[in-house]
Amino acid sequence: MRVTFTANGREVTADEVWEGESLLYVLRERLGLPGSKNACEQGECGSCTVRLDGVPVCSCLVAAGQAQGREVETVEGLARGEGELAPIQQAFVEAGAVQCGFCTPGLLVAADDLLKHNPQPDDADIREALSGNLCRCTGYEKILDAVRLAAARSAAAGTGGAV
Amino acid sequence: MDFLRPATWDEALAAKAGRPDAVPLSGGTDIMVEINFDHRRPDALLDLNRIADLREHTREGDGSGAPYIRVGAAVPYSTIVEHLHGPLPALALASHTVASPQIRNRGGVGGNLGTASPAGDAHPALLAADAVVEAESAERGVRLVPIDDFYTGVKRNCLAPDELIRAVRVPVADGPQQFSKVGTRNAMVIAVCAFSVALHPRSGRVRTGIGSAAPTPVRARAAEDFLAGVLAEERAWQRRGALPPSAVREFADLVSGAASPIDDVRGTGDYRRHALRVMARRTLAWVWDEYRDGHGDGYEDGEGAGACA
Repeated sequence: MRVTFTANGREVTADEVWEGESLLYVLRERLGLPGSKNACEQGECGSCTVRLDGVPVCSCLVAAGQAQGREVETVEGLARGEGELAPIQQAFVEAGAVQCGFCTPGLLVAADDLLKHNPQPDDADIREALSGNLCRCTGYEKILDAVRLAAARSAAAGTGGAV
Repeated sequence: MDFLRPATWDEALAAKAGRPDAVPLSGGTDIMVEINFDHRRPDALLDLNRIADLREHTREGDGSGAPYIRVGAAVPYSTIVEHLHGPLPALALASHTVASPQIRNRGGVGGNLGTASPAGDAHPALLAADAVVEAESAERGVRLVPIDDFYTGVKRNCLAPDELIRAVRVPVADGPQQFSKVGTRNAMVIAVCAFSVALHPRSGRVRTGIGSAAPTPVRARAAEDFLAGVLAEERAWQRRGALPPSAVREFADLVSGAASPIDDVRGTGDYRRHALRVMARRTLAWVWDEYRDGHGDGYEDGEGAGACA
């Protein structure tokens, strides 16, 4: 079947999509958007997190046909322009929140969404927001540091949730 | 595989009548896992995402004196946590223990009921709150199924092949409710076992629900009857005094005895019985303390009504 939706503000179409295929597969294998990672395929790890109509979801658990006509934002859509990282991405780099990097795209989308809705989260808020994202390298401390750093910067810049 | 995409509820019912083999797909948190792992290849998927009605929740039944929240089958757990914690405290607590934010944004009670896993987090709360499942078919219309009659076996429910779950009607809490779940961490955990208790001071009843410790979600009826008897005998609803420790112990033992748990990868039957005893004792203390502190007053008109607007 054919599936058309908006990916990072751009209308995209995939043809010959199998009906049981996930949105994640379509993004990675048919649309050239491999940022979202394919790991557990059962919603446990969060590596495939994208926003679907503005809400963070595991794209491995969304059937491709369910995305028809809807808006999808992947990690590729976070950066504002060529060569310019989003604040949360910059914070991950500076805090050393990335080791192997496999979980990073999902964590970035989840963290970005947290700061969008709650620009000054406390540690409990951060832990809750990232509780669906597994990292097997960092022990999470640097990831928490990165989210705190991005939040502090947005507060200093007075940008509120516009990170 | 066919991918059916009804735009309205009536279209969905017609599609299900025409294709009883079609598997309803909403949040995908069960079905997509099975498809991804090639454990299941349905001939047809019936996508319910386009039907906005299924994501709505409304307060109804005020005129009848038995108000309830009609929770659309696809109302995500995150919405229940955020908007329905006042009128439906146990269900909101249970919803908050479901998996992770990403999963709570997609999954809902309709899917939990459709899958009917004994480990589904919503079931104990629905049993304790005395919910009613609204099933519907194109041919026979709406059928209201009391939650006590809904679960028929391991991952089996009483739905006919042409029926879909439209909503679940959960009575607005008339007293304190609690939910407790045991797992290895807070997030992303399938319950080792779970327990919910609801005080119903208006009727003098107590209701419970046990998850993941029997072939289906079950109530601990002997425990409920025992506690309701003690509360009546001691005039405890009126006096709001402390519960006799012996009664609390007996309640916990009866809850544990109502389970028929197996040993599996998540825990042993013995551990589950023990954990249920602990959860029953703790949750009873929580709800009774809340009732004694007077938070049991005004559930109808205060917290419940306000939080659902």
